[in-house]
Amino acid sequence: MSKINPVKHEMPVQPPKERIKNFNEVALGYSEETALAEANRCLGCKKPKCVEGCPVDVPIPDFIKKIKERDFLGAARVIKSKNSLPAVCGRVCPQENQCEKYCIIGKKADPVGIGRLERFVADYELAHGGETVEKLPPSGKRVAVIGSGPAGLTAAGDLAKMGHQVTVFEALHVAGGVLMYGIPEFRLPKDIVQAEIKKIKELGVEIKVNYVVGKLDSIDDLLAEGYDAVFIGTGAGLPYFMNLPGENLNGIYSANEFLTRTNLMKAYQFPQSATPIKVGETVAVIGAGNVAMDAARTALRLGAKESYIVYRRSEKEMPARREEIEHAKEEGVKFALLTSPVEFHGDENGNLKAMTCIKYELGEPDSSGRRRPVPVEGSEYEMKVDNVVMALGQGPNPLVPRTTPGLEITPRGNIVADEETGVTSKAGVYAGGDIVTGAATVIMAMGAGKRAARAIDEYLRPKA
Amino acid sequence: MHKIVHKEVFSPVIKLFEVEAPKLAAKAKAGQFFMLRIDERGERIPLTIADYNCQAGTITTIFQEIGHTTKELGKLAEGDYILDLVGPLGEPTQIKNYGTVVCVGGGVGIAPIHPIARALKEAGNEVISVIGARNKELLFWEDKMAAVSDRLIVCTDDGSYGHKGFVTDVVKQLAEEGEIARVWAIGPMPMMRAMAATTKPLGIKTTVSLNPIMVDGTGMCGACRVSVGGETKFACVDGPEFDAHLVDFDLAMRRLAYYKDEEKRAEAAGSCGSGGACGCQK
Repeated sequence: MSKINPVKHEMPVQPPKERIKNFNEVALGYSEETALAEANRCLGCKKPKCVEGCPVDVPIPDFIKKIKERDFLGAARVIKSKNSLPAVCGRVCPQENQCEKYCIIGKKADPVGIGRLERFVADYELAHGGETVEKLPPSGKRVAVIGSGPAGLTAAGDLAKMGHQVTVFEALHVAGGVLMYGIPEFRLPKDIVQAEIKKIKELGVEIKVNYVVGKLDSIDDLLAEGYDAVFIGTGAGLPYFMNLPGENLNGIYSANEFLTRTNLMKAYQFPQSATPIKVGETVAVIGAGNVAMDAARTALRLGAKESYIVYRRSEKEMPARREEIEHAKEEGVKFALLTSPVEFHGDENGNLKAMTCIKYELGEPDSSGRRRPVPVEGSEYEMKVDNVVMALGQGPNPLVPRTTPGLEITPRGNIVADEETGVTSKAGVYAGGDIVTGAATVIMAMGAGKRAARAIDEYLRPKA
Repeated sequence: MHKIVHKEVFSPVIKLFEVEAPKLAAKAKAGQFFMLRIDERGERIPLTIADYNCQAGTITTIFQEIGHTTKELGKLAEGDYILDLVGPLGEPTQIKNYGTVVCVGGGVGIAPIHPIARALKEAGNEVISVIGARNKELLFWEDKMAAVSDRLIVCTDDGSYGHKGFVTDVVKQLAEEGEIARVWAIGPMPMMRAMAATTKPLGIKTTVSLNPIMVDGTGMCGACRVSVGGETKFACVDGPEFDAHLVDFDLAMRRLAYYKDEEKRAEAAGSCGSGGACGCQK
């Protein structure tokens, strides 16, 4: 341990003052030399703990060993055996709660920068052209995957490698789900997402965009058309609002609308892109998860002078990643904590002008273990705002559940599916990702897609 | 990519496209809409399905050129392609035998009322259709509406063709002549609001098809939210048809106007030749 540098190698970033004027990626990635130096911090454990923390079982010490040997394409091959979207995961996974949390070095010093190394390898492969991944011979079975977000893409990639013929059905005009419409360009460049999706297509996966299952075809139609199994990965795309007076005033967006206009439709390039977005001087984002941080940072880049996170608990309870909160602070996002809106006020044209907020204090811990916020009587005050973005979380979109008889649904509208296999109450139909768990992380959805692909493969293979 | 197989120009601003979309044509029902995006730089806009032909694998839409995207669309010719079409979206019209029904189409709203009138007629209703526009130039499909109606009344605001007057006056007159079970009214927001105000005191159940701003059209963003009976609804998945007597039209009209400055900028950018890339719109 004594020879090992205790500090994780820094990744160069765009300076905050510069980056809030553009949508370019904030973190710039390791150079070959830095990657090599960081890889050399890995002990190459015989029984690696880090792998236990990875929801898709990437053989971490194996790929890091390849980096040490400067065999970067070899490292990519190792990762790709388990993970179809490494350039995405290396950027957006909360490694501090996953692989890096279990790293042995992390007990006494900084853990190995596994995410940064994964990102380096994936970017290297995208830039230098990787080799084709091995595929099993055709099984003659067809699988329909509903939704092309992280869960669906992972299931599709794995099933294709297993030799099955896979068709992905996507409602939007481009594949990627939240990777395209939700996570901003400055955290996850869309060219990179599309480059990784292209690799999945090269495995023989067909992606049909503009295809709304539940409207064009139902799940039953797909089964009748000859698909042998179906995987549902439609995510949690239904925005929650607060049902407060004035919530339908102009200028109040759901985070989904705000981010979809910006990311998917590239409204930040308006009018070269035809989709408009309107951001005034002061923007308040309600909520404090990763989506809220994304929205608050996006507002600054769209020209807002002030961008607030308004959250009814304190900083300690904020569900966003530490790194996202730090980046937001560096960029000048302000935090109105222990605060929540109760009413919105507009002008004569119905445009938002102000909101009444109430202050909260923290009471006893609730069922989630977080201290329950209690409103402070008489603490109402008015805050001038031009735009509000509601980032309170999302529920499951009901389109597929509503049109699939025999599919068991929870009272909240999520699909009931086995955590290990994705098996639902309907024969041949599997589900995973946010549509089952509620809004979670990219990598959790990918893990679910991976496990479901394994279960679907077993279901489709003729029994010996 | 979807090929435009047929184009008709009804007036300098109202145009019809018949577009290849076999799967959509096979599944479309009266009352539904679709979203389209012309090209890579384009925005997504909702348009109603005016007709569908399963044999030919086509859908027909009629649109009015009111801004950047519809003007760009209007420039396309037969044989050109539209990049993205997605649908059918929204809940179909509830078609039953109600008795005598009135189908009202105002302006470009004549297009979406057509499949509804046809379906109601096929379900055994006595269909009285009322179509109206500001002037004769903005009217179209009189023949097609006549073919799916037991009776057709045409009117123009300026009296340049048919009855002089508003569609609301015609409906009021019809209600005096005999019992009307239901009214469907589709057209500009002020016309639908006026229709709601006309039929409410008469106690005639009235359905309107709302046309709020939409982005995805599948229920994931709430851009299209409207207030119906005091509750927030997403027009793209809960509608677009709603009980006219419960709709907050003032709110809906204010929400439609939110981007009007940006729409003007987009239009100006569209005519500058470089899509505003020259910086002329900054």
